[in-house]
Amino acid sequence: MATTAEGFDTHTDDHAHDADHKPGFFARWFMSTNHKDIGTLYLIFSIIAGIVGGGISGIMRAELAQPGIQILNQAIFMVGVGPENLDAALHHWNVLITAHGLIMVFFMVMPAMIGGFGNWFVPIMIGAPDMAFPRMNNISFWLTVAGFFSLLFSMFVPGGTGMGAGTGWTVYAPLSTTGSTGPAVDFAIFSLHLAGAGSILGATNFITTIFNMRAPGMTLHKMPLFVWSVLVTAFLLLLALPVLAAAITMLLTDRNFGTTFFDPAGGGDPILYQHLFWFFGHPEVYIMILPGFGMISQIISTFSRKPVFGYLGMAYAMVAIGVVGFIVWAHHMYTVGLDVNTKMYFTAATMVIAVPTGVKIFSWIATMWGGSIEFKSPMVWAIGMIFLFTVGGVTGVYLANGGIDDYVHDTYFVVAHFHYVLSMGAVFSMFAGFYYWFPKMSGRMHSELLSHLHFWVFFIGVNVIFFPMHFLGLDGMPRRYPDFTPAYAQWNEVASIGYMIMAASMVLFFANIIYAFVAGKKAPANPWGEGATTLEWTLSSPPPFHQFETLPVIKDEAHH
Amino acid sequence: MAGTKNHDYHILEPDIWPLIGALSGLVFTTGMVFFMHEMSGWQIILGLGIAGLIATFFSWFSNIVKEAQQGDHTPVVQLHLRYGMILFIASEVMFFVGWFWSFFDFSLFPQPIEVVEGVTTSLFGQDGAAAISQWPPKGLEVLNAFELPLLNTLILLCSGTTVTWAHHSLIHGDREGLKKGLWATILLGALFTSIQAYEYAVAPFAFGENTYGSAFYMATGFHGFHVLVGTIFLIVCLIRTYKGHFTPRQHFGFEAAAWYWHFVDVVWLFLFVAVYVWGGWGAPVH
Repeated sequence: MATTAEGFDTHTDDHAHDADHKPGFFARWFMSTNHKDIGTLYLIFSIIAGIVGGGISGIMRAELAQPGIQILNQAIFMVGVGPENLDAALHHWNVLITAHGLIMVFFMVMPAMIGGFGNWFVPIMIGAPDMAFPRMNNISFWLTVAGFFSLLFSMFVPGGTGMGAGTGWTVYAPLSTTGSTGPAVDFAIFSLHLAGAGSILGATNFITTIFNMRAPGMTLHKMPLFVWSVLVTAFLLLLALPVLAAAITMLLTDRNFGTTFFDPAGGGDPILYQHLFWFFGHPEVYIMILPGFGMISQIISTFSRKPVFGYLGMAYAMVAIGVVGFIVWAHHMYTVGLDVNTKMYFTAATMVIAVPTGVKIFSWIATMWGGSIEFKSPMVWAIGMIFLFTVGGVTGVYLANGGIDDYVHDTYFVVAHFHYVLSMGAVFSMFAGFYYWFPKMSGRMHSELLSHLHFWVFFIGVNVIFFPMHFLGLDGMPRRYPDFTPAYAQWNEVASIGYMIMAASMVLFFANIIYAFVAGKKAPANPWGEGATTLEWTLSSPPPFHQFETLPVIKDEAHH
Repeated sequence: MAGTKNHDYHILEPDIWPLIGALSGLVFTTGMVFFMHEMSGWQIILGLGIAGLIATFFSWFSNIVKEAQQGDHTPVVQLHLRYGMILFIASEVMFFVGWFWSFFDFSLFPQPIEVVEGVTTSLFGQDGAAAISQWPPKGLEVLNAFELPLLNTLILLCSGTTVTWAHHSLIHGDREGLKKGLWATILLGALFTSIQAYEYAVAPFAFGENTYGSAFYMATGFHGFHVLVGTIFLIVCLIRTYKGHFTPRQHFGFEAAAWYWHFVDVVWLFLFVAVYVWGGWGAPVH
């Protein structure tokens, strides 16, 4: 990544951005056409959604701490409508897992990674003054908020045997059609429509920006890997989300207009919904992790003071993951009665993905090899991500096998797997990115001590939550149940203790942000030293309201 | 340094319409939920949502046209718009993939349903199920693909040539040809929509009931909606033509409408061949 900028003023002079004409409060935050402000809005929104989604998992872990139903039958929290009987209590459980999944996927991870960091740093890293479509950028954000509100509305109206949409984030028919006749599921479906529309527009915006707004000399093969990751992610969004929109639109008409897409009584096929959903759903999991890959590449390179090992291989590994990610979807459906040859194909195709993923893991390690490594806060999170994502990746190779999946499908083994790749892979990379770019975004340094403490407590917490789930799953504990036999009690109790450790670490996170704004040192343009070579470090911290009013010229010094 | 722009990109002022548009989207979907569950007040909520969306589209695109006329659309910004439109159409293609996927699932792997006097019954899991598993479902009457659907195919293909006529006239500075070509395309589009509406009215199967009607109306209805949007897009281009917009060198608004129109045209060809001709093959004709 030869991204040394030449030939423009580096804005280290603080008077430069004081002279910016920032709009007034309402215009700046509600009518924004500025990629950095919209990025900030996304990050704030995603933190709020993360608190809600994380709080819901707290309720779930509290219920799962012991066998039996403890708190669901007295749950008056959330919506003020407590379940009156066992059916309602169990429905309430389904509502919790649905909300947790949807919120974490659509309103926490995606807005933070693509909306937040993508908006903030893709234009800067390619030397552009803003996104290609600044107004569309803003409606992408507000549609995400609208989707979140639609999901919130669903909690206050009847769904199945109680309030709220209790369908799981996959919204499988027939539970989502004849199984939940109330309006809650319609609100949840429209929530996905709204958020999905926002994401499609956002994807269009990112692809156009990256293809058409690179600074002179910034060829595709010189783009920072984070930009590459967002480019691939945007293509996945653009091509996968419309299929989800089609699938949930058919759910909507099955529910309300008498169609029989997923109802065998009229010749329909519930498995068709699963195919359509996972044709979207599998690219979706790469949508959640690829920007994380990009951030990890930047951070590992910065704190090893070396260019990324195998830059082109790293870029095209992400392209390969994106392409192959579209043809492996039915590995989520091994137990629905697929033909054995189909299972063999999807097993083989799925395991192929381990190859480009391995390229990434080994290239990160090779980047560190022989580097002058500094264990600053972003770096420890990045190394933590590599370690934990690899754990999740290895269980992924197990689960890719149709034969093995027959035994562990829908058990806690699967829950452990996808939380290792997401709530450790994706979330660790988000925290890594947050600590990496926080000084740049806010102009203040956070506390290294608090960041390290946050890391270690969070690291211990999530591992205590999720590692025992492997054992529970192999012992046969099914997912999505609020109750279990006492045989599973011990590891569940451990996992619930892990939740409390993890929650405690979040106090350190917020304390760190408060510390930075109250007492943090002013951040220099480049707090990370000579390893930080991308364009954002040539700008002041925070960058001027409109950066690159004279476009930077990228010098041709091929590192790779 | 700050405040002096030395590049050709379009830096926009803050704008209220994205917020209003997203809010209207939420009001619209909420109104839809109220409507579908017959909750009181749905007319007001749905109406407000639709009005908000129309206002948003109108103002937003008016602003874009205004900016184009002011010369904000430098060559690089025009390229943005081209990328944006191509990507939008790509996402629309994937939307149609969803409908075609369900259509081919139903038609290639037919389920044991039977239609008797408009009532669908399923023999799923019962004796004789295999014998009646066929597509179109046993007992269902279909539309004759070689009557109005074939006419509609010709109408759309014809409209594809008239929009090209308009484009060539525009490039060669022939404003009258541009107007005529656009008028012809819009009228052909309206004719297509009218014939489609008539077919829907007389079709011997309904949206509900069984997979044939569900897949048929969903795919062709979604296409019909796109024809309507494309027609509105072309009408906007016609109005702009009368206002003297578009030059032989810069007329991306027109080109985007033409691309969209061709996209809608191609989707129809797939619908005609797959759903009307192949998908109705061998069934009794209404």
